[in-house]
Amino acid sequence: MKVNLKPPKRHAWMDGLQQGASQVGAVFKGRVTELGGMVLLAFQVLWCSIRPPFRLRNFLTQCEFIGVGSAFLVCLTGAFSGMVFAHQSARAFQIFNATSLVGPTVALTITRELAPVFSALMVTMRAGSAMCTELGTMRVTEQVDALETMAINPIQYLLVPRVLAGLCVLPLLVALFDFAGMAGAYLVAVGFQGISAGTFWLRTQRWLEWPDVAEGLMKGAVFGVVVTMVSCYKGFHASGGAKGVGKATTEAMVACALSIFILDYLLGVLLH
Amino acid sequence: MSKPPIIRVVDLHKSFGSHGVLEGINLSIREGSTLVVLGGSGSGKTVLIKHLIGLLKPEKGQVWVDGEDIVPLGDEALARVRRKFGMVFQAAALFDSMTVFENVAFPLRENSEKSEEEIREVVHSRLALFDLKGIDEKFPADLSGGMRKRVGLARAIVLEPKIVLYDEPTTGLDPITTDYVDEMILQAKASLGVTSIVISHDLASAFKVADEVAFLSEGKILELAPPSALRDSKMPAVQRFLDSWFRKNE
Repeated sequence: MKVNLKPPKRHAWMDGLQQGASQVGAVFKGRVTELGGMVLLAFQVLWCSIRPPFRLRNFLTQCEFIGVGSAFLVCLTGAFSGMVFAHQSARAFQIFNATSLVGPTVALTITRELAPVFSALMVTMRAGSAMCTELGTMRVTEQVDALETMAINPIQYLLVPRVLAGLCVLPLLVALFDFAGMAGAYLVAVGFQGISAGTFWLRTQRWLEWPDVAEGLMKGAVFGVVVTMVSCYKGFHASGGAKGVGKATTEAMVACALSIFILDYLLGVLLH
Repeated sequence: MSKPPIIRVVDLHKSFGSHGVLEGINLSIREGSTLVVLGGSGSGKTVLIKHLIGLLKPEKGQVWVDGEDIVPLGDEALARVRRKFGMVFQAAALFDSMTVFENVAFPLRENSEKSEEEIREVVHSRLALFDLKGIDEKFPADLSGGMRKRVGLARAIVLEPKIVLYDEPTTGLDPITTDYVDEMILQAKASLGVTSIVISHDLASAFKVADEVAFLSEGKILELAPPSALRDSKMPAVQRFLDSWFRKNE
């Protein structure tokens, strides 16, 4: 009896499927490796931040850069977010004759969600991109190597002040956003929509509680660490000259924005 | 009696992925001497120099610095060893957010107990040594390539290290500035008695500053000899390199 030893016929779609699967696998592997690298770097930053030398001057410089530099932008974003939200919610509540709820609705949304998310996005755009580009340029022009040859730990010198500044300053920016947002909402609700000032504040005070404000501040602290860590990681591992630095910055911005939205949901669930 | 080696490299292997860059390097550098490592682009010169200061870890082999194998050392012990080194980078690697003064003062502020007044004095004396007076407040972006190299050299020797590593110090410079940088290397050796390791593919500079020349090709040291003896090398790769260089520069 003859035995057919020919291999089974391969179809083009099988090759395509295999190629597609291996590409998906490679992307997945790359992302997991990157996440692992980031976690490792986070531990190194934590370890270096509790050991001397403590670089107070670098820390204050970064606080000034992230905080003072972003304050106006955050105020402006906060004020307009509050105004838009008050305007839209007033229109919606008018249908049910419940415009007295505009104040608390805006307050709860701003303090819990809008302030931490928008502040973090502003810091990502302004400070995160600058951090990533600066560290990336330092990496590709061997300035990071130069630090190491001078017996200076680049993680301690460059990364720790930035991450700690992000942790400390972002909650302050969130608080600033809260104030600016409520001021904007008050202006629109009381000034343009005819809601009485007493109703606006009384209802807001009745519904808004400290845990709501604290939730926003905590989210801000977490986002501060994430934004600075991701920006620093991408910049610190940049390679391939100016093009590589540009690519690292783009990737950092996308990763920061996605992380903010994903973490916002997860923290929102966890904190309740 | 000749001085003992301050750096000794034993059977050093390093690869990136499947590509072997260093394949069994053995090298000794005497204290106070100048070794020039010659080789074509991509021959592994910079990888070798980065192993000497612990910026890269080998897969196999030892790097002895001042009687201590630095390969197994952790970060803190490596930091101690690195204080014996100064390094001049190919593109100077000056910190572009700092002025010239701050760049040169940086190692002193970080690694010495000197007061600001003493630091000012030392920095000015180093800048004067390399003819860099009056540029204290300039930023690296405002300097020419040659000036940046000289500031890099001033920064590398400001702590009076025992060993100075030069990564292609004359690449991309005009002949006059190249001569000037060579003089600087000789001056650093004469005034501070440092051991110098120079990575280069510039034969004229090598012959001018070297006590010994090592020729690196395909991850191996093919020749280690005084400059005057290099022309007599029997190694075909060395001869090819020399012939090609002399043809271009005659």
